[in-house]
Amino acid sequence: MLNKKVKLNTEVFSNTVEQIPLRNGFGEGLVEAADTDENVVGLCADLTDSTRMQAFAEKYPDRFVQMGVAEQDLAVVASGLAAVGKIPFITSYAMFSPGRNWEQIRTTICYNDRPVKIVGSHAGVSVGPDGGTHQAIEDMAIMRIIPRMQVIAPCDTHEAQRATQAIAQTKSPTYMRLTREKTPVMTTEATDFEIGKAYEMWRSENPQVVIIGCGPLLYHALRAAKQLEKDGVGTVVLNSHTIKPLDDEAIVSLAKEIGAIISVEEHQAAGGLGGAIAELLAQGSPVPMEYVGVKDKFGQSGTPEELIELYELDAAAIIVAAKKVLSRK
Amino acid sequence: MLNDQKIEELEKTANVIRQDIIEMLLEAGSGHTAGPLGMADIFTLLYFHRLTHDSKNPDWDERDRLVLSNGHICPVQYATMARAGYFPVEELKTLRKLHSRLQGHPHREYLPGVEVSSGPLGSGLGQAVGMALGMRMNSGRGDVPYVYALMSDGEMNCGVIWEAAMLAGREKLQNLIGVIDRNGIQIDGYTWDVMPLEPLKSKWESFGWHVIEVDGHNFAALDEAVGEAQSVNDKPSVLIAHTIPGKGVPEFERDFHWHGKPPNAEEGAQALKELRTLGKRIECHDCD
Repeated sequence: MLNKKVKLNTEVFSNTVEQIPLRNGFGEGLVEAADTDENVVGLCADLTDSTRMQAFAEKYPDRFVQMGVAEQDLAVVASGLAAVGKIPFITSYAMFSPGRNWEQIRTTICYNDRPVKIVGSHAGVSVGPDGGTHQAIEDMAIMRIIPRMQVIAPCDTHEAQRATQAIAQTKSPTYMRLTREKTPVMTTEATDFEIGKAYEMWRSENPQVVIIGCGPLLYHALRAAKQLEKDGVGTVVLNSHTIKPLDDEAIVSLAKEIGAIISVEEHQAAGGLGGAIAELLAQGSPVPMEYVGVKDKFGQSGTPEELIELYELDAAAIIVAAKKVLSRK
Repeated sequence: MLNDQKIEELEKTANVIRQDIIEMLLEAGSGHTAGPLGMADIFTLLYFHRLTHDSKNPDWDERDRLVLSNGHICPVQYATMARAGYFPVEELKTLRKLHSRLQGHPHREYLPGVEVSSGPLGSGLGQAVGMALGMRMNSGRGDVPYVYALMSDGEMNCGVIWEAAMLAGREKLQNLIGVIDRNGIQIDGYTWDVMPLEPLKSKWESFGWHVIEVDGHNFAALDEAVGEAQSVNDKPSVLIAHTIPGKGVPEFERDFHWHGKPPNAEEGAQALKELRTLGKRIECHDCD
């Protein structure tokens, strides 16, 4: 059943569950962060409305910098602003930032230790019709490998909003990934968010498999958990919204308690959340694992639903993975 | 205006800095020779005359910012900073060694006074633009520190330089002053063979910058050019400083092969002799 302690949306299993793009939550969170701290500034590479930086830009025009289609400059100018005390949020599509400007992020932001917040929107295959060029499914891998970088993938609009406020207050360089589509609202305004602190969204009475996910696919994880319970397979669904620093304690403890894990992410199966979990568990608590993620392929045009199904990221694929990992226990 | 006495003083300092550079490279056994020697006069003018800075208080808010974009010429910055009192001259011998504050390419966290870590080319100008923008946001259009962005001509090949140039032009960042080391060499050869840049002046002008071409070894002209750049109040300025790579050591001058290698012991001794005798014009008392 749903974890009552974290105050999730009780309508999450309803057919009419509210759907909002998580980038909306980012837009609201940014304005709130800017209201709180006058050093928050925003830079965007010609995608101000689409990345939801528009409301900030309108409220604080003197703190907004339109960068044009110049993602490398987006990163380095933000580093310079941070050098004189600013807290820059930089936005584009994830494919372009951090996709195009990786070296500038590594050298001028992380190596320099500047508190720049990189917000990559339209990540994952669910961007849909735009096709493979615009579907960033390697972004978490290339960000989490850089020393000092925090990586966060919120699951819905509320979590994106709270994550935005939280990252504005940390001194660490941070990457936060957002998606384009309207997705189900799983949390509420009362759900806590703490960087690096995973939490259980669902726990069956006798869990046999742990499903660790991040981002909007957690909705599919919850639906899979419900179905699996009916099929006699108990699960725990853990929201690991922070990919780095990973909540080692929560994950190791669940691995020891339950002994089988699947990871769920709208990202390459390699190098992202699943990779991070495997690296952690291999060091002391190895358990059978299966990965729900894109299997070394590029995306293509299609509707978000078609692509989530085609690349085996949906509830059905999670159920298959759960049964497979169970058979290996 | 610089008087003759000040010019002579600056020339002597630059000569000492060039000797430091040779000695550092000899000790390190790797590193870049041509660029640091070529930029010694400009670094000397900035640190010993033009920059508002305090070597004992490198984080002072009101300081001018000097952003070195082409980090590989850091021996000249290290030597100049040491001579300007940031750290003991003795420490120059640790260049490129384990646990040294003088990393092969500069790291701001290792050495106070280094504004940005740099090495991969092209990123200094954008960081300088960010600093200039941020300080303008902090203080309005009033009196803000200058931000100097020191770049190489080779890095004009990088697209990100022009992204930053476009933004600085649009923002009319009058407190931003670029300095391009126009020494005509890069790793694979002369800049006009690798990737022609001319007309460089009109390129920068078309991006909304005030451009000043200047002899990078003439202190009076350089100082005048910096003064002119500071007086322009409706756009950023850039000095295209014509320099001689390897300046001060005739055997190294203008030869692109000296871009990325240090002298060996014999070449180093010869170079120090050239510098200490000012090209055999005076006696050397401590040569050999």
